[in-house]
Amino acid sequence: MNINLTLIGQIIAFAVFVFFCMKFVWPPLINAMQERAKKIADGLDAANRAERDLKLAQEKAGSQLREAKVQAAQIIEQSNKRASKIIDEAKETAIKEGERLLVAAQAEIDQEVNRAKETLRTQVSTLAVAGASKILETSIDLAQHEALLDQLAQEL
Amino acid sequence: MAGDSTAYIEHHLTNLAYGKLPAGYERADGTVMSETSWTLAQNSSEIGDMGFMAVHVDTLGWSVFIGMMLMFFFWRAAKNASTDVPSGFQNFVEILIEFVDNTVKEAFHGRNPLIAPLALTIFTWVFMMNAMDLIPVDVIPAIFGLIFEALGHDPHHAYMKVVSSTDVNITMGMSITVFAMMIFYSIKVKGLGGFVGELTLHPFNVKNPVVQALFIPVNFFLEIVGLIAKPISLALRLFGNMYAGEMIFILIALMFPAGILMASLAGVLQLGWAIFHILVITLQAFIFMMLTIVYLSMAHEDH
Repeated sequence: MNINLTLIGQIIAFAVFVFFCMKFVWPPLINAMQERAKKIADGLDAANRAERDLKLAQEKAGSQLREAKVQAAQIIEQSNKRASKIIDEAKETAIKEGERLLVAAQAEIDQEVNRAKETLRTQVSTLAVAGASKILETSIDLAQHEALLDQLAQEL
Repeated sequence: MAGDSTAYIEHHLTNLAYGKLPAGYERADGTVMSETSWTLAQNSSEIGDMGFMAVHVDTLGWSVFIGMMLMFFFWRAAKNASTDVPSGFQNFVEILIEFVDNTVKEAFHGRNPLIAPLALTIFTWVFMMNAMDLIPVDVIPAIFGLIFEALGHDPHHAYMKVVSSTDVNITMGMSITVFAMMIFYSIKVKGLGGFVGELTLHPFNVKNPVVQALFIPVNFFLEIVGLIAKPISLALRLFGNMYAGEMIFILIALMFPAGILMASLAGVLQLGWAIFHILVITLQAFIFMMLTIVYLSMAHEDH
């Protein structure tokens, strides 16, 4: 139990150690720890936010998918309608065209027939005259006969 | 046997002291000091005769050595401190820091960047000084005895107290520093008037100035006793606990030479006491830290 210089030595050593600890040990460590705590908190926060964002995005994607499905169904329906309409229209056009062609063909046929008749008529009259002249071998009053033959051809 | 035991205990309780002896002083080995000079004490009465001009080389040396080791480790941890995932040693230091930081935050309600590092230093340093008690009592003194003899000194004078906190100088040194901080912060926070007022106007406080003037000496006496009691109790609590613990280790160690049965019993007792002592050394270090924080917190409180 001697009190001596050891006391002073210990006081100096204590003061030096406390000073050293205060200057070089405590601040860097506590700062690093606080910074890390902040970093972890931020990280957790970010993770939470990301999770929330993911959920939102998933919901959004789902709703968009549903919307797209509805739209697709609508489009298909519309296009079906349109297709059937186009088909109907095409049918109608085809029928009309057919009818028109038919009428045109008929007209042409009529025309041909008339032309053939005409041709036939002239040729028949000539033939008849030739035939008759051959048969009769006489000179016939052409004019009289022609009138007769025309009348005949007219009746043909 | 009895004389041996006494010598053994005395040897263990004597510091290795380096101090000044006056000229003409008769040493324990019969030589006489030719002139006043510094020398190693040969026994405890010489240390007493050295008076204040002596240094306990062993306890102060161990204390400074332990403190330097601690500061070195802390400094290395601080140098490597980063916000990355801490590993091993770094983690351990951070656990300590966090523990001290939480304790300070709970007990100290002011803002002072000194308190937490102070508490960390006290806790770890006192703990490590106390923990030297767990090294078997004779190991370091025996090794030191061999070295001392090899250096050409008398091995009988190879005193070596390894547990610094069993030296009242060491505990007093720390508590006096804490006391100085208490006074400093008291005056800094409350002003000199406030501090003096705290010492003289409590606990007896009356409106009448004449009666109050009568009470001032009484108050001052009570308060000054309370104030002085703080560092003394702080130092003596640690010293007493560690001294008693060390004493029990020494007493158990006395049983070793007394036959194989006693020696094995002593071994068991040493182990048991050491395990119990782990609690004591931790608790004493914690109490020293805690009381320091509380005292300084009180110094910062302005009424």
